[in-house]
Amino acid sequence: MMPLLTTKGLSRSFGGLRAVDGVDFALMPGEIRAVIGPNGAGKTTFVSLVSGRIQPSSGMIVFDGADITNLPAYARVRLGVAYTFQITSVFANLSAYDNVALPVQRTLTDGRSKGAVRTGVMAALERTGLAARAHMPAGQLSYGHQRLLEVAMGLALKPRLLILDEPTQGLADSEIDNFIQLVREIAKSATVLLIEHNMPVVMQLADRITVFNAGRILAEGTPEAIRANAEVQQAYLGTTP
Amino acid sequence: MTEASPAKPYALHLGVIALLFALSFVLPDYHHGLLARIMVLAVFAMGYNMLFGYVGLLSLGHAMFFSAGLYGAGLTVYHLGWNVPAAFAAGLACGALLALVIGLLALRTTGVAFMIVTMMFAQVFYLVILYFASWTGGDQGLVVQQAARVLVLGSGSLDLTNPTVRYMSALALFSIVLLVTLAIVRSRYGRVLVAIRENEERTKMLGYDTFSNKLIAVVVSGTICAASGAAYALLFGYVGSSFASVQYSILPLLWVLLGGAATTLGPLIGTLFMYYVIDITSGFTSAYLLIVGIALILLVLFFPKGILGSIRQRWLGWLP
Ligand SMILES: Nc1ncnc2c1ncn2[C@@H]1O[C@H](COP(=O)(O)OP(=O)(O)OP(=O)(O)O)[C@@H](O)[C@H]1O
Ligand SMILES: [Mg+2]
Repeated sequence: MMPLLTTKGLSRSFGGLRAVDGVDFALMPGEIRAVIGPNGAGKTTFVSLVSGRIQPSSGMIVFDGADITNLPAYARVRLGVAYTFQITSVFANLSAYDNVALPVQRTLTDGRSKGAVRTGVMAALERTGLAARAHMPAGQLSYGHQRLLEVAMGLALKPRLLILDEPTQGLADSEIDNFIQLVREIAKSATVLLIEHNMPVVMQLADRITVFNAGRILAEGTPEAIRANAEVQQAYLGTTP
Repeated sequence: MTEASPAKPYALHLGVIALLFALSFVLPDYHHGLLARIMVLAVFAMGYNMLFGYVGLLSLGHAMFFSAGLYGAGLTVYHLGWNVPAAFAAGLACGALLALVIGLLALRTTGVAFMIVTMMFAQVFYLVILYFASWTGGDQGLVVQQAARVLVLGSGSLDLTNPTVRYMSALALFSIVLLVTLAIVRSRYGRVLVAIRENEERTKMLGYDTFSNKLIAVVVSGTICAASGAAYALLFGYVGSSFASVQYSILPLLWVLLGGAATTLGPLIGTLFMYYVIDITSGFTSAYLLIVGIALILLVLFFPKGILGSIRQRWLGWLP
């Protein structure tokens, strides 16, 4: 089977800092892949390169067999790469409805979905449990609901690859359980790349785990293998077994 | 914008148009003429609002789009003897083309740089008008003769210098632009424009080519302003370089701020308000600009979102 996403020698420096440093990465279709690593390891920078939000210093990105390294971000979104922001970035002054209507009408224009805007919006809001709050300004939603709105916007893009950057940050435990269910649902129709600090969530969801450290991939494997990996424990958990 | 029932906004807008129509029959001559002029200039303000209110791009050069329409229509009538519809179309085409070129260049910048770049281009446009004085009449301007301002319709004809015809023509243009604006801001495209205003980076990450969307908005805005300029030349018969000066780039900004940015009826209310404040105060004091200034400051203090913007915020959330 051909990978959905591949990066080769992907690098990005900020001044002298090599935030992402020669990353070779491959992601199979249908997978839920977790990306973990200490703060500042380069996880957000890596997925920002994939989504096109920032440009690489060098290296190559291939999505579904096509080189997308030089495509602008909006064109990658239309190919099916959706990114949800680590720092909540909903349109605070627009209603939750309008926030989701934007991605829905995009997929309609691109011919990647059919039907009325309203139907698509309400479906995405229902999946994330926000339907009752459709008409509230997004900025007035609770923090947890704003995170879910981010996910709803990602979902509404009908992605083939959904990148979630620390989606459970700031969620209550009860909300996290629902969230795990939601990601399982999403994974039936999309490949998921999940950056996550919450280890129980990672262990429950991930098919495979990639560990970043100092801009490089330190280890990769099944959750069991990663849990047993001494080097990972050293770097990430700061303990030796 | 949340897909509320369209009946209320359309009823309101049609009501405003009906009111302006009825006013034509009751207003005394002086106010009748003034209102015709205000409606034409409100179109200018609506064009400005399209870009400033909905996309959040503050231009300080929109006088050039108004003047492109003014001169595009005025010069073709004056020098080439074109008829009224052809001259009006020429004005629109000049405005659209100019807006396309300016948009391609100026949209590389944002914020303060965008303000400065648009102001510089408008200044160049102004100087070009003065430079070609033998064609444009320079700062004296040109007067389009009454005989040239007749709209021939089949066997009959409409004299645009007749007050009633002029009022109704101004109202027709105003109504078309108002309803087009309303349709745009309620459309999917309007939703994208607002998204760009609120957070351009996020909008890109939802699959939108924000540059192209902004470019289209500049062209739509420039064309509406040009329609106002072209109508001004044909209805009031005067084409002058003062309309290309920086003052006429700032006026639409003031009208829109007063009436309420990103409201469809705000531009009319702001233009109307400003004209009447000047008209009333200049009647009894020569220091009327001082009073206008104070009125503006009070408005900004108590109605920071403009007249209609504040009404929408406090009472009528459904206003488009
Ligand atoms: N725009 C930027 N300019 C300069 N330095 C940056 C920029 N973005 C990230 N960095 C730096 O690059 C490194 C990697 O940051 P990144 O945000 O990718 O880490 P992360 O793994 O996502 O961390 P966290 O778990 O805290 O979210 C950090 O040292 C960060 O300070
Ligand atoms: Mg991060």
